[in-house]
Amino acid sequence: MSFSLAVLIPLFLVLFFNLPFYRISGKIAVFIASLFCIVQAFSFFLPVNATCPAVQNLVSYFMLDFQCDGISRLMLLTSAIVAFASILVLYAMEDSDRKQFNFVNLILLSLAGMNGLFFVRDIFSVYVFIEVIAATSYILIAINKDKNALEASFKYLVMSSVATVMMLSSIAILFLVAGGTDFVTVSNMYQQYGGNSLVTAAVVLFIVGLFIKGGVMPFHGWLPDSYLAAPAPVSVYLAGMVTKTTGIYTLIRLFYSVFGFNTAIQSILLIFASISIVLGAFAAINQNNFKRMLAYSSISQVGYIVLGFGAGTTFGVAAAIFHLFNHSVFKSLLFVNSAALEKQVNVSDMSEMGGLASKMPVTSTTSVIAFLSTAGIPPLSGFWSKLMIILALWTADLKVYAVIAILASILTMTYFLIMQKKVFFGRLKEGFENVKEAPLAITFVSILLCAITVVVGLLFPFVLNGLINSAVSF
Amino acid sequence: MDSIYIHIILLALIIISSIFAVSYARVIRGAIILGIVSMLVSISLFLLSCPLAGIFELSVCSGLITVIFISVISLTLPPDEKQRKVNSVSMMKKMVLLVLLVLVCGFSLYMLDSKNITFVPLMQNVQESIDTRDNIWNLRHVDLIGQALILLTGLFAVVVLFKKDKNKDKK
Amino acid sequence: MSVENILLFKLYIIATPVLFLVGIYAIMTTRNIIATIIGIEIMTKGVTLLLASCGYFNGRPEMAQSFIIIMIVVEVVILTISAGLIFNIVKKHDSLDTRNIRNLKG
Repeated sequence: MSFSLAVLIPLFLVLFFNLPFYRISGKIAVFIASLFCIVQAFSFFLPVNATCPAVQNLVSYFMLDFQCDGISRLMLLTSAIVAFASILVLYAMEDSDRKQFNFVNLILLSLAGMNGLFFVRDIFSVYVFIEVIAATSYILIAINKDKNALEASFKYLVMSSVATVMMLSSIAILFLVAGGTDFVTVSNMYQQYGGNSLVTAAVVLFIVGLFIKGGVMPFHGWLPDSYLAAPAPVSVYLAGMVTKTTGIYTLIRLFYSVFGFNTAIQSILLIFASISIVLGAFAAINQNNFKRMLAYSSISQVGYIVLGFGAGTTFGVAAAIFHLFNHSVFKSLLFVNSAALEKQVNVSDMSEMGGLASKMPVTSTTSVIAFLSTAGIPPLSGFWSKLMIILALWTADLKVYAVIAILASILTMTYFLIMQKKVFFGRLKEGFENVKEAPLAITFVSILLCAITVVVGLLFPFVLNGLINSAVSF
Repeated sequence: MDSIYIHIILLALIIISSIFAVSYARVIRGAIILGIVSMLVSISLFLLSCPLAGIFELSVCSGLITVIFISVISLTLPPDEKQRKVNSVSMMKKMVLLVLLVLVCGFSLYMLDSKNITFVPLMQNVQESIDTRDNIWNLRHVDLIGQALILLTGLFAVVVLFKKDKNKDKK
Repeated sequence: MSVENILLFKLYIIATPVLFLVGIYAIMTTRNIIATIIGIEIMTKGVTLLLASCGYFNGRPEMAQSFIIIMIVVEVVILTISAGLIFNIVKKHDSLDTRNIRNLKG
């Protein structure tokens, strides 16, 4: 039960920061929060039930019926890494002490909600924790109160509320039929009444709601806006974690632990995923803004994840979770690099940049590695997860979708090559002679994330046995 | 269950008044009618044997939320005559959507009449009734943690969004 | 379930999508930011009714009650956030027109 500390500690940290007797400066809050993230990341390597009796007694006082499996642990690691990156970027980018303080508090609340979402085994609690994450992200996007950010946040709020209403109606219908909302009850009910039209409608509503939250292609309207308009550390956090957790992780969790797969639902997933992959990639090619291109690339990659577990096999789920992890790492790396560009160059149009490779060696090298990983070039981690997705599709006899996945890889390559050429290579544009490398915190984060990408890619056999297989088979 | 008619009347009133709430050009009337909708919903909840939830709905949704709406409306500028004219959406779009709405309502009524919907067989055995308070405190503490988190988030919403930026005022 | 109950159940299950559509209609047609939020509220009312009726018809009203209470808390927080956003948007643009917030396109 000691893993419930991952929810309780951030909650009590926020309470502790805000007690009225003293005033904690933003720097200390940043320090404590990043320390917490490091501890959370390392707790991944501990055995699940490692605990001391004192902690056990303390936690059991809260009587939380959380459960932790391999997928939850992998997600816990991911959320710690992304939150750490985001907090360090914040430390480098934001000067105002109060803003740092508010930001860290909101990140901690969001992290607590996220960790809770990984542990809950009840569809109504899933709704509650998703709303915690969503509510914190509305505030985080609008934290600087500039025009575009407010607009993006409002748009996100409206879309997400519609999605929430859909999800809640679905939960209500499932509750009506099952008589309870925990995963086991609903799962038993679904095996019995799965063919009923009302139940099927409820499941489809749930999927559509989660698609809106995860920004899958026909419902993606809010996503590029909020990535673009959000302040840099927030877009690292949003792109790396929030949409992946609220949308895609929950989808995987629901199908893995509750509904199971059947052909009708699977075909819905596969079709939307392929639309998302192809159209997202084409839209990314047309973009001129760095962050917006990354947002569309994110939509395309989310399509890969959905495609992976749409294969409907355990191997497919493993591939999807692994790609989710990889994607979180390299997408947050790319957004960290965009933050570095934003801070040092202060231009976001790609056509106005050029030749920055000589001036910002770390940023350009790490972003090359991230893009190679996204496109699926062999030794890097992205290659292995894409290979697993394609293999899962192929073995599940869904060869058409496997071919789509391979072909769309080329599109991914195209838009990242365009990006690299415009931003980092070529002749140095005028006015950029005095550009320096990004501050130490940002380069540290990019090197760290880059190292994760490379190491996971090189040590893939161990990763496969150690993490992914144990994550899915339990 | 007293009579089915009271449910029908309540539902009809809820739908009609929510359409009214949406169609007023002046938002303040819409907000007040939304409060009335909440009140009707809370009566409905009471009939559906959810008295505590009904009280919650009555006090929070038709009380607090209406207050929030009205304070936001009065904090923001009242739209003057010119703007109100601009605010009216093109009749065309409105009409198309209205037709769609009527069609869906008609379809729903048709569904109501048809007998061949496969309804889920419902459980007949009623659980021995647990008190709602016990249910919340003993069975749903995970949600209570979530509630604590979201209330803290709401606190930060007020701190972040409603506070004036001191730096910007100096500029 | 008796015939009367089935009819009642149908009524409630149909009222929800109708309220949902009224909300969507409000969001699509209005040019006023606050009216958008009113639309969202109406959709939420529909879900409240659905949850309560589901609890009533499967004999677990106490569970439905706790769901509704938790849901209302979440709803109020989200509404507070949206009020804050509207307050700031209006301060920036000096009007409630939603066309002002259409700079970003997808």
